[in-house]
Amino acid sequence: MKRNIILAGVGGQGILTIAAILDTATINSNLNIKQSEVHGMSQRGGAVQSHVRISDKEIFSDLIPEGKADIIISVEPMELLRYLPFLKKDGFLITDSNPFKNINNYPELEDLYKEIKMHKNSILIDAKEIAKEIGNSKATNIVLLGAAASLLPLSNDSLQNAIKTLFERKGERIINKNLEAYEKGKEIASVMAS
Amino acid sequence: MKKLLLGNEALAQGAIDTGISGVYAYPGTPSTEITEYIQNSKIAQELNIHSKWSVNEKTAMEAALGMSYAGKRVLTVMKHVGLNVAADVFMNMAVSGINGGLVVVVADDPSMHSSQNEQDSRNYGKFAMIPIFEPTNQQEAYDITTYAFYLSEQLALPIMIRMVTRLSHSRAAINIGKRNTQNTIKLSKNPHQFQLIPMHARNRYQHLVGIQSDIRENSENSYFNKFIEGPNTSMGIIAAGIAFNYLMENFENDSCPYPILKISQYPLPKRQVKKLFDKCKKILVLEDGAPFIEELIADYFDENKKVIGRLTGHLNRVGELNPDNIAEALGFERTFANKIPKIVTPRPPELCVGCAHRDLFDAINQLKTENTKQQVFGDIGCYALGSLPPYESINTLIDMGASITMAKGASDAGIHPSIAIIGDSTFTHSGMTGLLDAVIENTPITVIISDNSAVAMTGAQDSAASGRLINICKGIGVDKDHLKVITPLHKKLDENIDVIRNEINYKGVSIVISQRPCVQLSKEKKDQLKKLKQVAIN
Repeated sequence: MKRNIILAGVGGQGILTIAAILDTATINSNLNIKQSEVHGMSQRGGAVQSHVRISDKEIFSDLIPEGKADIIISVEPMELLRYLPFLKKDGFLITDSNPFKNINNYPELEDLYKEIKMHKNSILIDAKEIAKEIGNSKATNIVLLGAAASLLPLSNDSLQNAIKTLFERKGERIINKNLEAYEKGKEIASVMAS
Repeated sequence: MKKLLLGNEALAQGAIDTGISGVYAYPGTPSTEITEYIQNSKIAQELNIHSKWSVNEKTAMEAALGMSYAGKRVLTVMKHVGLNVAADVFMNMAVSGINGGLVVVVADDPSMHSSQNEQDSRNYGKFAMIPIFEPTNQQEAYDITTYAFYLSEQLALPIMIRMVTRLSHSRAAINIGKRNTQNTIKLSKNPHQFQLIPMHARNRYQHLVGIQSDIRENSENSYFNKFIEGPNTSMGIIAAGIAFNYLMENFENDSCPYPILKISQYPLPKRQVKKLFDKCKKILVLEDGAPFIEELIADYFDENKKVIGRLTGHLNRVGELNPDNIAEALGFERTFANKIPKIVTPRPPELCVGCAHRDLFDAINQLKTENTKQQVFGDIGCYALGSLPPYESINTLIDMGASITMAKGASDAGIHPSIAIIGDSTFTHSGMTGLLDAVIENTPITVIISDNSAVAMTGAQDSAASGRLINICKGIGVDKDHLKVITPLHKKLDENIDVIRNEINYKGVSIVISQRPCVQLSKEKKDQLKKLKQVAIN
């Protein structure tokens, strides 16, 4: 068993939080993990990505080879497409539909959506809106994690526990909001898949 | 015990567990997290391990040598270009040798993710004639560090550990061993060891040259260098450090058919290289960074091109290695890959919203419309992003401190206005001495110190300049009438332009300190800085 996951977004959008949850859940499930991340200059409003690899065997490379990613999760639609060369033939694309426009030549949204929908396993959701409805727009990333949950080699319990661990310091209310965001993401993905 | 750690953190944990008494470093991506991990470690605090930042890499390495002189184990950490700054002491301490174990960690940045060049520090290690280690993975980063301290004391030499960005910034679970106690103070038995006047230095250098065979022998038998047999001898592979992982990734179930020599310790184990060379028809060399091994073994006379790699075009000459370019070198065909759709546009990094540098660049750009000959010499830090659109305010970006000294040279050549822009931390790192050059001749330059009171680019570590800038400038001899402080805010734009305009019209050394804390700093930190500022004024 091996799962290669690419997390994509813009510096500050919370992809390393998703990575940290996956890390914790994987360790607690006694599986191997390698997770590379971006530090330094690129973080300032630039494109960032993290490669997460989960396996029951030894993992060698810290980077996912091209064409070997099972899932790309993005918190922004254009950043999703930037990592397309890594996607496996039947791999899954999961992204928030809201653009992060800090450049003036940002492409037309409709063109981006069209490009994303060309892939049969694509989930395009307004995760930001869902997070807002829950009352914590910061939890956009967790909605997306929820949407990806059924594709991960990690149990529901281990993911929920990892969310609890990660947000422990921020108190009960924030933990619950994030658990709720995770559940909503799961729900939406299952509706879209059926 | 298993712990999930970055390559950098694994290395730091290794150093703590080997019983270091201190770490000396200046922050620089991708090396920063090593020192930060020790700073944040509860155990390190309980053990009173020194971990405060130094003003630059040279002062860091010299302090580390001082701690080693006292017989204690010590780590010094920097990025590859930081080693250039510390090169003076680095070369000399290989000659003097060390007393307590001393490990120099240098994190290289192949592909220049956040650096000006991608120089390969193995060249420096070879230059200094000391052993070099290159971990393959996070576990080795831990294991090698603990071993490097023992080897350092055994050979009485500093040891280099070379990291690369990808390993520094990737996590995996590692096994942690038991912790050693720190060394007690114990001085060298040789009173002349650290006195590098020529008569002693010659002896020491002779000694360094004399033990080279011991150093190589240690590498020949190293646990970290591995010869892995394979049935297909049409090719043999030398894989150094992280390149070994990318190689293995290309074969299911560890089933690489070719013999492999995995290298994690240098100098190269000659006998093992020869064994591979004799056995195989071709040798593919995989190494991140420069063609360091390839050049050594191919030299000038490998006319049959038996050795292949980056020099022969089988791999990219510049930039990082990865599983894909290695797959290509192995002759594997690319089976499937989507292309990046054309509508995807680049998204370069940018200054944060609300960043003080933005307001400063607005002022500098407006002055550019008045002074068409204006040249702005830049430096290393967040403000380097001012060379990108929409600002494009900076003409040069070479190394830390070069803004002031280059502005001086350009001014000597007749360029006016000649403006240097430098950050507060970079100023204390390597700007101060250059300023003295300019003060001695009262060279017509204007130095703008963009003081955000942090080493912002690497994550807002404490800046040694905080609360001290005005006094430092006065102390160096800057005329107090041409030492101005402005607050870079949009509402003060016209006022600030006036100040800078007056100073660039002055035909001597002038300084404008543009002072507003980094937006990334916590409120607590900003309050602390306010107090410091009051102390400076009183």
